[in-house]
Amino acid sequence: MTDIRAQVDALPGLDPRAALLEVNDLHVEFRTRDGVARAVNGVDLRLSPGETLAVLGESGCGKSVTAQAIMGILDTPPGYVTRGEVRYRGVDLLRLPEKERRKVRANRIAMIFQDALSALNPVYTVGFQLAEQFRVHRGMSRKDAKLRAIDLLDQVRIPDARRRVDDYPHQLSGGMRQRVMIAMALALDPEVLIADEPTTALDVTVQAQIMSLLAELQRQRDMGLILITHDMGVVADVADRIAVMYAGKVVEEAPVHDIYAYPAHAYTKALLESIPRLDLKGRPLNVIRGLPPALTDIPIGCAFHPRCAYAREICRLEPAPTYQIAPRRTASCHFVREVLGV
Amino acid sequence: MSDVVLETRDLVKHYPISKGVVLRTKVGAVRAVDGVDLQLRRGETLGIVGESGCGKSTLAKLLVGLEKPTRGEIRVRGDDLTRLTGPALRRARRNIQMVMQDPYTSLNPRMTVGDIVGEPFDIHPDAVPHHGKDRAVRELLDIVGLNPDHINRYPHQFSGGQRQRIGIARALALRPEIIVCDEPVSALDVSIQAQVINLLEGLQRELGLSYVFIAHDLSVVRHISDRVAVMYLGKVVETGNHVAIYDQPTHPYTQALLAAVPVPDPRLRGRRDQLMLDGDVPSPADPPSGCRFRTRCWKAQASCADHEPLLEIRQRSAHPSACHYAEYRDVVRRF
Amino acid sequence: MSDNNVVSTVEAPDVPSEGKLSSLAGDAWLELRSRKIFWIAAVLVVVILLMALWPSLFTSADPRDCVLARKHAGAGGGALFGYDFQGCDVYAKTVYGARDSLLVGISATLIAGLIGLVVGLLAGYFGGWLDALLSRFVDVVLAIPFLLGAIVLAKRLASDPESNGLFAVIVTLGVLGWTTAARVMRSAVISAKNQDYVTAARMLGASPARLMLRHILPNSISPFIVVLTVLLGINIAGEATLSYLGVGLKGDAISWGLAIAEAGPYARTVAAPLVWPSIFLAATVLAFIMLGDAVRDAFDPKLR
Repeated sequence: MTDIRAQVDALPGLDPRAALLEVNDLHVEFRTRDGVARAVNGVDLRLSPGETLAVLGESGCGKSVTAQAIMGILDTPPGYVTRGEVRYRGVDLLRLPEKERRKVRANRIAMIFQDALSALNPVYTVGFQLAEQFRVHRGMSRKDAKLRAIDLLDQVRIPDARRRVDDYPHQLSGGMRQRVMIAMALALDPEVLIADEPTTALDVTVQAQIMSLLAELQRQRDMGLILITHDMGVVADVADRIAVMYAGKVVEEAPVHDIYAYPAHAYTKALLESIPRLDLKGRPLNVIRGLPPALTDIPIGCAFHPRCAYAREICRLEPAPTYQIAPRRTASCHFVREVLGV
Repeated sequence: MSDVVLETRDLVKHYPISKGVVLRTKVGAVRAVDGVDLQLRRGETLGIVGESGCGKSTLAKLLVGLEKPTRGEIRVRGDDLTRLTGPALRRARRNIQMVMQDPYTSLNPRMTVGDIVGEPFDIHPDAVPHHGKDRAVRELLDIVGLNPDHINRYPHQFSGGQRQRIGIARALALRPEIIVCDEPVSALDVSIQAQVINLLEGLQRELGLSYVFIAHDLSVVRHISDRVAVMYLGKVVETGNHVAIYDQPTHPYTQALLAAVPVPDPRLRGRRDQLMLDGDVPSPADPPSGCRFRTRCWKAQASCADHEPLLEIRQRSAHPSACHYAEYRDVVRRF
Repeated sequence: MSDNNVVSTVEAPDVPSEGKLSSLAGDAWLELRSRKIFWIAAVLVVVILLMALWPSLFTSADPRDCVLARKHAGAGGGALFGYDFQGCDVYAKTVYGARDSLLVGISATLIAGLIGLVVGLLAGYFGGWLDALLSRFVDVVLAIPFLLGAIVLAKRLASDPESNGLFAVIVTLGVLGWTTAARVMRSAVISAKNQDYVTAARMLGASPARLMLRHILPNSISPFIVVLTVLLGINIAGEATLSYLGVGLKGDAISWGLAIAEAGPYARTVAAPLVWPSIFLAATVLAFIMLGDAVRDAFDPKLR
């Protein structure tokens, strides 16, 4: 009758008063035949209980890799964490042996992905997969585990849960599969949920249902949520704080209202300006010229400078330092003032 | 008076479902497109929105001839394509081209960019302009903002946005009047989407093109469209110009759709109408009787199951709406 | 303050991957170059080809200069491997045997490849009843036990006592060995024909011939080619088998299979006449299989 929770509580260095999740100076690189791709280059993040942190960026910015590094599911090789810490309540997860790491995973930090169909095993019923969590991590009997599974399906608002528990993944719609994946992630009552583009593949009405469900579950459980996405609309709706990533770095971090109203980094500003708006109809949209850099060949200095409207000589030569521009705002730009317009 | 370049009347596409291994019998049909009337005028963009299963992709395929309609008419400049055959059909089809969604799979990886953009000329030699195919291809590359000297490069050497431009150049080769854009920017990053949208709009102005723009991103559709049609389960449920649809929606599905779209403005948080739809979209093989949306509609009455509401102007809807109880509802002004 | 991109402005960013070779084949070559297995296999194949084309480069002896007095003599007097039961120079026979062995292997593979390509392409592209028909045909051919079918067919084709059996063996191996290639081709065609770029060409009005030859074939040929390289090795071994059984090459033809067949009964006395052709045969088959492996890996974009 093994209950993993006690074992996690007994981890050395665990301090219940320390920050829920802290990422410090994380560096991840991928060693490929074409060179070393520096996917994450010094990322700092912080998460408190009940808070929603959105990690916003376009493809290739390193947001998914960061999440995988936090969860410890990075593909190694070719991916390697070369520096930094990931502290869960004071315990550095990167330095834990895999056995201990596995206990933290799912029990304390869980993750959901974009494609529920490939995250669920097609040959087992959803009930079986859910119940397995309880059998393995809580030592429950099969009967009890199944009851808990049905209860979970109810919590994620799957109608007729008693019947649905015996369905196979392919028998469910996309939205329902996503709910099942959420149920699986929340089964063991984790304190942190990382959602990697959870609604990108879904219709907009289903997306609204899922996001509302996540918000409610988060409130009920006082859970920390890291939402990884490129959708600025979703972020505006649910996030408390936003970290904007570009070429493996967090270029700006701020409370959600501040960042939309007064972006402090040229990239954030340009992104916001390129969204279609009613008052811009009939006129060309603002574009960010150029392309994101290849991760094997990130420019010296500020990674964004080749595309930046505010760039000057210094941007070419030196990476931008991180400025604390307000109690809870940071931005990594040489010309923060210009961007803010002060 | 602006002229109609494309028109469909009662366009229907049913995919038969058959059972049995040796003797296959038809047991039903997936009613992907179930009676669609559309009109597109010269120089105009008609946006088509709807979620999965609404039939917009099938509609795109019908318009460009990749599928044959089960019933109905498709008129390009007055000619009914369903009644044409042979060379006449080929010539008529040239006038309506398509830009596809995925720039990573819509270009043959083994062909050079020049071959890809030039292929329409290989298939229709009578469409080659008098100054020759090579020059025509270079001009096309230039028009879409690509370097004509890259004519001998392969698709994998280009970025996603550039590949989409190649696809657009290919669509322009035969000088169509109508281009069907099937989710042309969905697979691109946000910052690249803006570039491609600007390109499409610029081309429209310069060349007098008409677009059927199919997408699921409502803000992009609003930006580029003059008029919009909302589809649900194979039918158009509401249509009008962009102001009518986005600011004065009268059909409950449109209202729910608009309410569900998250707006990139945190001040609107909590002020959106929480019009959550129940359940899932019914199967297109077995749509509900009467109004198809009634199973998820908060306004549904008994009459909704008995009589199918037609797409028409109504007492409380100045633009065509397929709901017995169509009326405007304030779904927080946005976009 | 951002760039407004309007039509007719040439795109600012450089095309990425400037340094790489332009085509997929070029990329594959770069990939191949770096693999040890490829070079080992390639060297072996080149050596064997040279042996087949210019045997005199490797030996000055005449394999048909057989003097019974030297029967089973050991190495010496220029004969590296000694002499066989007829007094022929084993080394010379092995070297000269490369020609017919390779000739049979390559020709049979070409025939099998042609049949497999046509069957696979048509079945995969058209589907429906044609696919059903052709696939059943493939099943029928597959159901024929190889040895039985080969023996019957080869004997029939080589009924003329004057012939040296070359034509018979080539046709037999070709006609019985195309099935795997056809199946691989068919599935590659089925996945290629659903690609967006094929749909785009269809929409432009491309004829089925154009779709098949310009779009589908080039994109489904790589797995097919890999099967062919392996088939080459199999056919070379196949010739050896048939010759050993007495239904392959005959007369005064020289091949590894024949050499092995002849040396068999005397193997207990002298091993060399059996061992050396066997080694060459095995090395050749292995080389082609390794080559096929390396080529497949190089062309597989997922492995890159």
